[in-house]
Amino acid sequence: MGEFNKPFDAIVVGAGPSGNACAYMMAKEGLNVLQIERGEYAGSKNVQGAILYADALEKIIPEFRDEAPLERHVIEQRMWMMDDKSHSGMHYRSDDFNEEKPNRYTILRAQFDKWFSSKVKEAGALVLYETTVTELVKDLSGKVIGVRTDRQGSPIMANVVILAEGVNGLVGQRSGLRNEVSPDSVALAVKEMHFLPRETIEARFNLSGNEGVVIEAMGTITKGMTGTGFLYTNEESISVGIGCIVSDFAETNVTPNELLEAFKNHPSIKPLLADSECKEYAAHLIPEGGYKAIPQLTGAGWIVVGDAGQFVNAVHREGSNLAMTTGRIAAETVVSLTRKREEMTAANLAEYEKRLGQSFVMKDLKKYKGIPELLHKNKGNFFGTYPKLISSAMQTWFRVDGIDKISKEKAIFRNFRETRTLWGMMGDAFKMVRAWR
Amino acid sequence: MSDVMAAPRAKVEEKLFQNRYLVDAGRPHIKVKPHTTPSASLMSMVTLCPAGCYSQTEGGQVEVAADGCLECGTCRIVTRKTGEVEWNYPRGGFGVLYKFG
Repeated sequence: MGEFNKPFDAIVVGAGPSGNACAYMMAKEGLNVLQIERGEYAGSKNVQGAILYADALEKIIPEFRDEAPLERHVIEQRMWMMDDKSHSGMHYRSDDFNEEKPNRYTILRAQFDKWFSSKVKEAGALVLYETTVTELVKDLSGKVIGVRTDRQGSPIMANVVILAEGVNGLVGQRSGLRNEVSPDSVALAVKEMHFLPRETIEARFNLSGNEGVVIEAMGTITKGMTGTGFLYTNEESISVGIGCIVSDFAETNVTPNELLEAFKNHPSIKPLLADSECKEYAAHLIPEGGYKAIPQLTGAGWIVVGDAGQFVNAVHREGSNLAMTTGRIAAETVVSLTRKREEMTAANLAEYEKRLGQSFVMKDLKKYKGIPELLHKNKGNFFGTYPKLISSAMQTWFRVDGIDKISKEKAIFRNFRETRTLWGMMGDAFKMVRAWR
Repeated sequence: MSDVMAAPRAKVEEKLFQNRYLVDAGRPHIKVKPHTTPSASLMSMVTLCPAGCYSQTEGGQVEVAADGCLECGTCRIVTRKTGEVEWNYPRGGFGVLYKFG
């Protein structure tokens, strides 16, 4: 590999959604950008459900629908509360989602990220694959002035380094820019890709053309741990997975694989996957700590974007859109400073945080700042007791067995009161409302 | 109540055969430091590792075989305080190569 003599305007570490968004925006504005990715190709190390939220990408590549590898546009959302044999749910399906420019798509990240990376190169950035950044290079004042990699002999210099290195973020953590991630603020998710003919998927999920369905599930499927399961329809495959907070997993002896197998074999899920062929098994960490877990985001010569900055809205299962938006806003900040020929000092780069504060990213994370802790502290009730109570109430109500409806109502209320006490339920409701506001 | 242990299930080793890897032979990216008794955190990795890379030896120590590693980073985070695991990303280009992600 050659040496780079002239410093770059910016180096981006990582080629996921946040890094690609950032590198693309800066290169498009004429900056001299180097992006470094450890995978053989962009996407080869990346794992997501995955749902793409069009709005965030539209603000970066408005015409993305013409060329990006998209699977299905989502017309139906199913939210399931599950016990061991049942699910009760809320489904929302609308023909309005069959619009000219759909709002959400299912995607396969390995393919999508590869496409996004090709756009970054088209925009003029230099992208190095199969190269792992090992450390940051700082000057005597502590300002970040470049990176070292496992390929180039001498350090590669830049005016600013954008850390889009994902949830594990070794470079930033080892350089002391932010604390190590704590086991109670990340979830471990495992996922499988199940292939089926597209007609089978369309018949099973009541779809036509490129319409898609997503299912998000919670309940006894996580065995009392804080977590959720999901099932997304792709063009010719189904993504199915489940994730729980790492510290919860560490306290049980349930393996992630066993949890996924049990979820796949749940009577509500099993028929949806029947006769499919599994072609990949993946695992990934998801930042779940929310607003309170966000680390320091800027300093002299550096900015953090995407999962490395814990930008995930766990309540709404949004992450890639926050990643792309933080990448875009970081790029806008760097472009503006570069044009004004201003230094990438801590004070100047703080503009990024100011801009983030005005965006949906910080507003949403702030709104739900109390939720992760609330769910985690009360996991027994939210992921066990309530799903079971609701299932049993549904069954009492729908089973016709000669018992009168007044007695059935009484039985349902009695069951709730005896299992979780009136005060307990009111307390949980109050805490949830307060955390939601 | 059905029991998670009673559910029919595919073994994790079989699942890893579906995946693509480029193994950096002789240069494992995860190492367990020599120990006599593993901490509870390190022990928990025997069940917690989603790729089943961790196992306990007859002598009671915990060892890792990282060839099937999915690079999630769970073991690094769980043993952060005890420092029993030395964790690096594989060299550029090596390790798991997700086809779908």
